[in-house]
Amino acid sequence: MTPHVTLMASDTSGINGVALAVLIALFALVTIAGFMATRFKRADSLESLEEWGLGGRKFGTWITWFLLGGDLYTAYTFVAVPAAMFATGAVAGFFAVPYTIVLYPIIFIFMARLWSVSHRHGYVTTADFVRGRYDDRTLSLAVAVTGFVATMPYIALQLVGIQAVLEVAGLGGGDNIIAKDAPLFIAFALLAAYTYSSGLRAPAVIAFVKDILIYLVIIVAIVYLPGQVGGWDAIFGAAEEKMATTNEATGAPTGSFIPGAGQGWAYATLALGSALALFMYPHSVTASLSSNSRNTIRRNAAILPAYSFVLGLLALLGWVAIAAGTQPIGLDGEPNAQLVIPQLFEDMFPAWFAGVAFAAIAIGALVPAAIMSIAAANTFSRNIYKEWLNKDATPAQEAKVSKLMSLLVKAFALIFVLTLDKQNAINFQLLGGIWMLQTFPVIVFSLFTRWFHRYGLLVGWAVGMVYGTVGAYNVKNPVTGKAFGGSLDNIPGIGEMGYIALTAFVINVVIAAALTVALRAANVSNGSDETIAFDYFADADDPRVQKDLSEHAHHGDPYGDPDDIPGNAPVR
Amino acid sequence: MALAAVLLMIPIIALMWVPSYAKEAPELWGFPFFFWYQFLWVFICSALTWAAYKLTLSARGLTTHKVGEDR
Repeated sequence: MTPHVTLMASDTSGINGVALAVLIALFALVTIAGFMATRFKRADSLESLEEWGLGGRKFGTWITWFLLGGDLYTAYTFVAVPAAMFATGAVAGFFAVPYTIVLYPIIFIFMARLWSVSHRHGYVTTADFVRGRYDDRTLSLAVAVTGFVATMPYIALQLVGIQAVLEVAGLGGGDNIIAKDAPLFIAFALLAAYTYSSGLRAPAVIAFVKDILIYLVIIVAIVYLPGQVGGWDAIFGAAEEKMATTNEATGAPTGSFIPGAGQGWAYATLALGSALALFMYPHSVTASLSSNSRNTIRRNAAILPAYSFVLGLLALLGWVAIAAGTQPIGLDGEPNAQLVIPQLFEDMFPAWFAGVAFAAIAIGALVPAAIMSIAAANTFSRNIYKEWLNKDATPAQEAKVSKLMSLLVKAFALIFVLTLDKQNAINFQLLGGIWMLQTFPVIVFSLFTRWFHRYGLLVGWAVGMVYGTVGAYNVKNPVTGKAFGGSLDNIPGIGEMGYIALTAFVINVVIAAALTVALRAANVSNGSDETIAFDYFADADDPRVQKDLSEHAHHGDPYGDPDDIPGNAPVR
Repeated sequence: MALAAVLLMIPIIALMWVPSYAKEAPELWGFPFFFWYQFLWVFICSALTWAAYKLTLSARGLTTHKVGEDR
């Protein structure tokens, strides 16, 4: 770092003492809340995945609302989406609004079924369900590994969000590698510690604090900031002007103000592909399964869009920053679009409120990071450890492995952040969407029908994964020429740009269907099904489920199926 | 139940049909059409999903299955 650059950086973002003090105070508050969370809806013991990993499946409508909201609206929303709006406009950023709208009708359709069947059979992950539906370890492993791998860069993205806040607050500078990342390490160690001790209860409690802060900051920002920069006319005017200017590196316009001709496909496929993929992630499923009834999920599908509204406003803050002339320059003196929202807050708000806003973003990244690591850890212990490594694991051993794995997953994510540049982390998240969507047929189609053949689904998944990964690898960054430069590619047969995930998904489904026809004709066994039709409608208040659950409670093994109802699985 | 499915499909189809709303006019409070129209769909979608939820609840109440009987 040259002296000149240091000077420039300290001009734009030196240590902001007041903001930093507020940030640290609020951070301390949620840390205490995280450790206290073990007492929340207290259980006799946290030594099982039901309790540590799903909060005992006891969360009602409002807790689920906060938890899912805290889970789905992440640093991607608060940092990456406004940054994309700021840098390249509506196609890259505002698609998040239709994405989070169409999301809810989609989960309304299938999540209640997944909840019911999981409740009846004690499933903790989607891979558990696939195992039960086809009795096929390989297919179950494919789902588990996809979820596990795709979650890690997503956690890394949360850390990028925390890092962005710390950087604008003036922390984490300097050339010393330890001092540089020490604040991130400390934040991270605390997160890891209370997740380890409290499990899913910790993010559930912290989600309340997070959402109150986020709503407060957004409402203040949306009411106060536009007046400061000349009103919405001026904001949209400035954005339209910036997006129309020519990017020197590519010779094309900088971005899109509203999607033009030929960009509709990109906008729609990004929205739909992301929406279909989101509830395949282990962390979304974990938060959904922790609710206390199937109707809790459906009620939430109707009330969760409140967050989508906030998300849209947040996205537009990226354009407020254009009108305000925000200069997101990192401590290394390089422009970094990821810093645009914290920088806007620091420039425009009094220091104490900037601190509140920083805390909102940082805590907003901690909640999903905690849930994601719990979910990835559950997936590992249920579907990789118990299934392949130690078949006789007791529930207590499973919980132990999960707890340790939640630490390990976070450590992996930290390595991601420290070794890759931040632009890459964003793109790896898009790659995560491409991967996750390939498990959609295996999970969602199987919730409705067993027509698809397990091997057809497996091959379709594999082809989709390869096509999607290769397709994304071949998208080069127009400026640097590096691979994984984006997630849009030409859709074969349509000739327009679209989200690679959706193209891969279509190929996946076509192959799965074609192979199914062939395999069924050849009479290849489609595995055995431990579920029955009733399982997909069962609700918590059904007397039969009540009876079932009470029998489970006295039975030593909560994963066995002690009743003798025909069609049910034998005890594993 | 079929009606519930239709209600759920409406927002998906409306929002996937991007050319129908990718335009600037008419503006509302300084917001180009493209933006306020999508914000509007947040509320419409929420209302439709709630209606679908109520429909599934009443459909569930009408079934005549008994405890211990498969359906």
